[in-house]
Amino acid sequence: MVCNSGDEKDRRKSATMSRRAFLKRTGLAVAGATTAVETGFATGTQSAAAAVARVTASPVVGPGTAGITLNVNGDERLVSVEPSTTLVDALRDALGLTGTKIGCDRGSCSACTVWLDRVPVASCMLLAVDVGGRKITTIEGLATGEALHPVQAAFVAHDAVQCGFCTPGLVMSCAALIDGNPSPTPDDVRSAISGHLCRCGTLPHVVAATLDAATTAGGPR
Amino acid sequence: MTVVDTRRQTYPVGIEGVSIGSIERQVPTGEAPALAPNRQLSVIGKPIPRVDGRAKVTGAARFTVDVKLAGMLHARFLRSPHPHARVVAVDVSAAERHPNVRAVHLITATVGRAVESAPKDGTADSRQRRVLYVGDPVLAVAATTPRDARAALDLIKVDYRPLPFVVDIEDARADNAAAVFEGPVHGVGFVEGSSNEAALPQRGNVRGPNRAGSRGDVTQGFAQANVVVEGEFRTQVQTHCCLETHAVVADWRPELLTVYLSTQYAAGVRNELAAAFGLPRSRVRVVVDAMGGGFGSKSSAATYVRAAVALSRIAHAPVRLVLERDEEQLDSGNRPATVQRFRVGAAQDGRLTAMSLDEYGTAGVGLGAGVGNIAEAMYECPNFAITQHDVFINAGPGCAMRAPGNVPGAFALEQVIDDLAGKLLMDPIALRDRIDLNPVRREERRIGAERIGWSRRHAPSADAGPVKRGLGMAQSYWGANVQMNSACEVRILRDGAVEVLSSVQDIGTGISTVLAQVVAEELGLRPEDITLRIGDTDFPSGPPSYGSMTTASITPPARNAARQVRVQLLEAAAPALGVAPEQLVVRGGRITSADSSHSISFREAAARLPTDQISVIATRSEDYGGFGRRMGDMASAKNHLGGVQFAQVAVDTETGIVRVERVVAVHDCGRPINPLQTESQIHGGILQGISYALFERRMLDRATGHVLNANLEQYKILRSRELPAIEVVVLENYQGMSSTDAYGVAEPALIPTAPAVANAVHNAIGVRMRELPMTPATVLRALGRLPQRSPGV
Repeated sequence: MVCNSGDEKDRRKSATMSRRAFLKRTGLAVAGATTAVETGFATGTQSAAAAVARVTASPVVGPGTAGITLNVNGDERLVSVEPSTTLVDALRDALGLTGTKIGCDRGSCSACTVWLDRVPVASCMLLAVDVGGRKITTIEGLATGEALHPVQAAFVAHDAVQCGFCTPGLVMSCAALIDGNPSPTPDDVRSAISGHLCRCGTLPHVVAATLDAATTAGGPR
Repeated sequence: MTVVDTRRQTYPVGIEGVSIGSIERQVPTGEAPALAPNRQLSVIGKPIPRVDGRAKVTGAARFTVDVKLAGMLHARFLRSPHPHARVVAVDVSAAERHPNVRAVHLITATVGRAVESAPKDGTADSRQRRVLYVGDPVLAVAATTPRDARAALDLIKVDYRPLPFVVDIEDARADNAAAVFEGPVHGVGFVEGSSNEAALPQRGNVRGPNRAGSRGDVTQGFAQANVVVEGEFRTQVQTHCCLETHAVVADWRPELLTVYLSTQYAAGVRNELAAAFGLPRSRVRVVVDAMGGGFGSKSSAATYVRAAVALSRIAHAPVRLVLERDEEQLDSGNRPATVQRFRVGAAQDGRLTAMSLDEYGTAGVGLGAGVGNIAEAMYECPNFAITQHDVFINAGPGCAMRAPGNVPGAFALEQVIDDLAGKLLMDPIALRDRIDLNPVRREERRIGAERIGWSRRHAPSADAGPVKRGLGMAQSYWGANVQMNSACEVRILRDGAVEVLSSVQDIGTGISTVLAQVVAEELGLRPEDITLRIGDTDFPSGPPSYGSMTTASITPPARNAARQVRVQLLEAAAPALGVAPEQLVVRGGRITSADSSHSISFREAAARLPTDQISVIATRSEDYGGFGRRMGDMASAKNHLGGVQFAQVAVDTETGIVRVERVVAVHDCGRPINPLQTESQIHGGILQGISYALFERRMLDRATGHVLNANLEQYKILRSRELPAIEVVVLENYQGMSSTDAYGVAEPALIPTAPAVANAVHNAIGVRMRELPMTPATVLRALGRLPQRSPGV
């Protein structure tokens, strides 16, 4: 970390530095408690954090790049990452899985939502080295061959897509919802996507599509 | 004026379901024949799923942030931490010695802000650049990795000499305020109807008044009035918050500059970059595939685009520059804040006799904080006086944001008209029936009132208990704009493939699907049979995706090109069928004789083409009835776009929380091509409007000049828990103006939402909300349950 103490810019930065930004800049990750932020819920929702708080026991890595194995969409993928590399950066840059998007890079828009063991999480709020052996599912891994997940098909049919940038994250949250709850109510859907930001304003069609997908899917897959 | 051959042609005119008549027009011979109303068509007017839907739900769609080129470098800006400072010295030597830094580019010229007109006096001070707001870019670096670029910025030493600054609009208007600019400025504004290029008086930080649009004699008009209402309204700064931040990958090569850009106007940016870098247009290519939202902020070759190109030229390598979210909030444009003082006089029967509007707005260090032309144009009023002023503050420049001007303008105007109705003891709809002569909006008011249940609307503050409900309505006005510099190519290949080519970009509004529908209809095919090749300046120049003009500009050329290429196809197919080409029809993927006796498939017909492909490029003709306004390549149709929205709200008078429970939106856009996508866009307008009305506000710290909420948590935007029930009605309003008769809807869908909500809040609690956003605190203050405070920006 380059640090010119006394520099106005750095003082400003350090005043606003989050724990995660600190980790990214110091380039060192230490084994210990890691909290994944479940998306679909507004930041800070207690149930969200409680639902997925996990303790991982990854070995000490860094400084410098480290080779790790990630289970992505059913495949074991060896990637070389910095200890400070977030999961979303590992997916997008190291593995070329650019379907997962970065909207804010700090857990407030949910564009980067992927599944960890089928639970939607904000992949910008996780370090790749902390994922361990958990199974990652990205938007690229949701369809079965040419057959779209019912939520994906319903998003197309209901035009639950405008610019499409928030879409992969929304699809992941809505698909997780109906996979776990075959007959969600409109409130269930609104709750499941309440952490997502869609600037085009396409959420009414997202709700309609997800309810329709639940109906046509006929229960969990 | 070019002389063109014309023919007479009869077009359907009127509103479907109300009355459809016909009109005869004299049209250029190259134009496709008149199109029947939607109910008689097979593809146009149908809710076709968007053609890029699958790519977008599977993650396959390629956005600019996804572009990865071999040897690509990563760039980052160094931005001013000061709201106003002179840059005394910049030392980049340590950064340049960093082994992975490949280019450093000092920003010497910026675009998108007001420009000082006075020549510099030549002193050392005046030659130093001043940074004018927190986040003003000073330089950019390109390095091998994002981490290296960030590290390089830490090695750069900038010696700033801080200067006095001002970030509050009221403070900035004071005589002794810190001066944002050193002298008079000029520049181009972005609000429809504004004429910021004209010389205007400037005193301190206030430029204006701009009186453009004034008419008649308001003194006389107010003297004739039986009733006068007035009020001061304040609107906040809103930021675009595109989910894909501003992003560019620039690849400078000796033979060709290729720029991958998240942009609303590929062709326009190509031309700007060619001029800026002294290149012929043939050596600049701009490419945009999927595009993650723009809302007005991604329309030009802005400073970040030029910086990426400059870095790529220095480094001889592709350069990726993607703004971080905080940079986006500081320095990618915004909707200006306004203070509007309105006064309206009317006769006892409601006829307006005079209207005056005195407006001060701030686009930070930019121009164009006017409130558009909605007050000038929506209602019949012989006497109208308008004075608009730009107030400069040390904040990032504003830029066009979805319906610039008319959104804050409607918030004030439509509440004043509502107040007038109250004072006249008239129903707000009855008053508008008297003063709004537009027949389409009249129909929209009738339909909307019926759907929302307007007849059950009660007197203000009539509910018992702490939660009070109310109904309100407001109207839209927006030009039916057309970009005449719009071209589209349609090709048929020998294997039956059909391609549509234009540089027009699909920013999520669905123009690719619309083009597929228009061409499929003309060729008797399905939309999925059409291959779209758009968003690339290698193709014929398409229109921008702003001003609600894309569909109106590019669908007529697409249909005309499809028609002309179809004529060539039929000529090639006719001998095989033994029928004259003009006796053939195309339908359901087949070429059939008019008497249905002979038929071959589209593919069989294509196999008889004389060459591997046939191709026609068509351009936009003038509207058949002529335009209402024409300025260079830009034009507006004779009839404007309307739109009326109704809102039902529930206001908790104890907490101050406003909930929008229901919205009914009735809109017109000429001939709607895809009702599903049109509905999506209208949803977007309504939800952005509610978000603007209740939640969004950029907060500047008066003491430091910093933006306090440069993120997406503290900058509040409507999310799923605040969704109202929405009902959308889209009229089919045939006018016989072009070969598709289609116009836009994106901006009209946003304009009336905030005032409809505000009018509903007034109906609920009997108190007028004059300030945005209507947060719990402002509602409680309006109710007298919290002390007043001085408003700021």
